[in-house]
Amino acid sequence: MIRKLIWLAAIALVLGLAVFWVLTAPATVLASALPAHVLNLANGKEMFYAGGCSSCHAVPKQPDHNRLGGGLALNSPFGTFYVPNISSDPKDGIGTWTEAQFVTAMTKGTSPSGEHLYPAFPYTSYQRMTFDDLRDLFAYLKSLPPVSGHVRDHDLPFPYNIRRTLGLWKLLFLDGMPWQTDPSQSAAWNRGAYLVNGPGHCVECHSPRNALGGVIESLRFTGGPSPDGQGGVPNITQFKLKSWSETDIAGTIADGMTPDSDRVGGNMIEVVRNTSQLTAADRAAIAAYIKSLPAIEGRKAAPKKPE
Amino acid sequence: MLRRTMFTVLAAALSIGAVVAQQDPVTTRENLMKENNKHALVVVRMMRGQAPFDAAAVDAAFAQWADTAQKLPSLFPDNSKTGGDNRASPKIWVNKKDFDAKAAAFGKSVAENRDKGKGSLAGLRTAIGAVGKACDDCHKEYRLGKD
Repeated sequence: MIRKLIWLAAIALVLGLAVFWVLTAPATVLASALPAHVLNLANGKEMFYAGGCSSCHAVPKQPDHNRLGGGLALNSPFGTFYVPNISSDPKDGIGTWTEAQFVTAMTKGTSPSGEHLYPAFPYTSYQRMTFDDLRDLFAYLKSLPPVSGHVRDHDLPFPYNIRRTLGLWKLLFLDGMPWQTDPSQSAAWNRGAYLVNGPGHCVECHSPRNALGGVIESLRFTGGPSPDGQGGVPNITQFKLKSWSETDIAGTIADGMTPDSDRVGGNMIEVVRNTSQLTAADRAAIAAYIKSLPAIEGRKAAPKKPE
Repeated sequence: MLRRTMFTVLAAALSIGAVVAQQDPVTTRENLMKENNKHALVVVRMMRGQAPFDAAAVDAAFAQWADTAQKLPSLFPDNSKTGGDNRASPKIWVNKKDFDAKAAAFGKSVAENRDKGKGSLAGLRTAIGAVGKACDDCHKEYRLGKD
């Protein structure tokens, strides 16, 4: 009897592990899935600034946004992430990556070696990007200077250091869908919606997250604590931005002054350094979309700690 | 009687003066920053085409910022780390030298760009790009986010 039970337990364990292994398998995009493509380097540059790649990947404490050697430490509730080198360096960067490997990393969160990447890299948003934009972006990144230097591994406690478990996280928070155009809206609105939800990944900071670190869908764009724990990120739905015109919003991401007579702060300083480089038409499109976000109050801020 | 009244008035005036003089540095610097931002918004509205170019208003903005730059180093004494709606990072007092250097860089940028800024709209764009960068270089390190 006991022997039978042990056998049953062993079989259950093996089956459980097999199911876990299948469920958590990293997904990839094959080269054969990529159709013919006409390279547009100017579009790649626009995507580079819409995506804000350099905000995290540029070498810290130096002014050149095109030196993508990584190394910035990102503090999070799950541990410290060290941003990798995505320069064109063949050894330490992405110089030898194929297009399919780059598209896979951006849309599936899987590295060329077939490992899950951590969602501190916001592929939850980048997965919405078109293959054309991703391939132009890849070409643009490869046109930037190589920076040598391998960045150290992330510093994460158990169980967050087990990459395979991210497969389960992705089942919950990565749906693999490209951005869907809304035919009832204008072309500018659709462009803005794409830029905001895809490359711009605005929602990653401007939303609260649940205990598993996933964005709470019903509270998208309602702000939340800063992912690095330094202060808060404001609500950008019409609950908070009702008095802002589209020109005000476009202006804020062009020059950093809000219509409330404040200057953007925190990580938004870096964001504006990027959005200021976009075409005026793209900034206007972003503004048209942001202005259309229905008013949602979001969570009340936690009470201030007494000093 | 008259004498007493005069004395009271004098005493009152003196005490008001004392209160003004002792206005705490947190409030003083907050008010300065708010005033800076008001001027900045006036200027960027010109850049965005939301208002016509106005050289006098640009000059007034630069005057305000120059005044701030000159006062900044004295507005963060050791006893002003907390209190009020304080968004000053504690790092200011750890890296006071660097903080003062950044304040000085802001002042330099304001002085260097003033003529260019009030000269033309194109000049204003370049000038504000430079001055804004000086603002951000310091804010990034030393101003905390809002809750």
